[in-house]
Amino acid sequence: MIDKRVETTEEAMAGIADGASVMISGFGGAGLPVVLIKALEAASVGNLTLILNSLRFIETYAPRLFSEQRVSKAISSAARGRGRDSSEYELQLEKGLLELELVPQGTFAERMRAGGSGIPAFYTPTGAGTKLTEGKEARDFDGRPCILETAIRADFALMRGSVADRWGNVSFRGTQSNFGPVMAMAADIAVVEVDEVSEEPLPPNSIDIPGIFVQRILAVPDER
Amino acid sequence: MTPLNRNQIAWRAAQDLPEGGYVNLGLGMPVLAANYAPSDREFMFHTENGIVGVGPVAGENEEDPDLVDAGSQKVTLRPGASLADSAMAFAMIRGGHIDVTMLGGFQVSMTGDLANWDAEVPNKGPLVGGRDGLGRWRKVGMDYHGPQYERWRASACKNLHLSSHRCRCGRSNLHRSRHH
Repeated sequence: MIDKRVETTEEAMAGIADGASVMISGFGGAGLPVVLIKALEAASVGNLTLILNSLRFIETYAPRLFSEQRVSKAISSAARGRGRDSSEYELQLEKGLLELELVPQGTFAERMRAGGSGIPAFYTPTGAGTKLTEGKEARDFDGRPCILETAIRADFALMRGSVADRWGNVSFRGTQSNFGPVMAMAADIAVVEVDEVSEEPLPPNSIDIPGIFVQRILAVPDER
Repeated sequence: MTPLNRNQIAWRAAQDLPEGGYVNLGLGMPVLAANYAPSDREFMFHTENGIVGVGPVAGENEEDPDLVDAGSQKVTLRPGASLADSAMAFAMIRGGHIDVTMLGGFQVSMTGDLANWDAEVPNKGPLVGGRDGLGRWRKVGMDYHGPQYERWRASACKNLHLSSHRCRCGRSNLHRSRHH
């Protein structure tokens, strides 16, 4: 029987180890897996590579990941903290304690889509001729400069959905989706926290992430 | 001349939007424009996180933390709206399906070079976000009257790193507007 449901955050994060790469979905709080982010903080692992759109929310929900210097590298489109004061990760960036690979957001999404789709690299016009793509292979297509961007994969992907079934199928609400589908595709173990696990199979046409891309489902009905 | 405030600039920019257009709104002042959509035209506001058809900011009782725009504001949807994931939202941008984008920026040159991802403030990290992929589309630049005002007149983006070369910028003459 296929049953991807797990009961605890420990089961949800089982197998995480030092040096792991972890994708974390979420945009502006929507689709942010708050329970799983706290579980990552609670797991005693370090030397992590975090792959997520913005570092801001990690500092909010899992400040120890930075204060204990357990993140060695981030791949992100945004590394600016709120307000004028510097956040812990901004200070670590400045001191060279945290490595940052800054990626334009659309390229960020597409690199993970490629990683989950068996495409090792692709050309895109985004950022051509700017410091953002310095040192990358360039080639013109129809007279337009493009940059070769490589796929991203990870050990884990964490995301939040609305409803799932035991087969790992997930549906989202509102703008929860954002990076979830491409991260699920691009990770060895995709873990989804959801408001509700349906006893019945989800209607096939209402599924946003096919269960084939999902390894673990955690119901977190009381958490927001 | 009385300087316009942020909401007035957003209102002014929204008045130029074309009937039937698909319009991307970036982080910062541009997302405010969704509040001032002219009622005599129909168009769709696009956000990089997957909404086509953003409506006004949500009122107190209709706020949904799982429905946000590019600036993380809780928003509503207009009739005909759709929701997609980020990869598809950027396919809309990169694939040329967007008619206009409104972007915030640090510096823009006379030839349309745009610098908007790293103000190089000490101990503040960079934020490139989704704006970079929008570089080739027609833009309406929005800036606030203040210390940044003079930067619009720079003949080149000399001291900040570029995010796009020679964007097609339509500045919409926002600073000189006497209306509203």
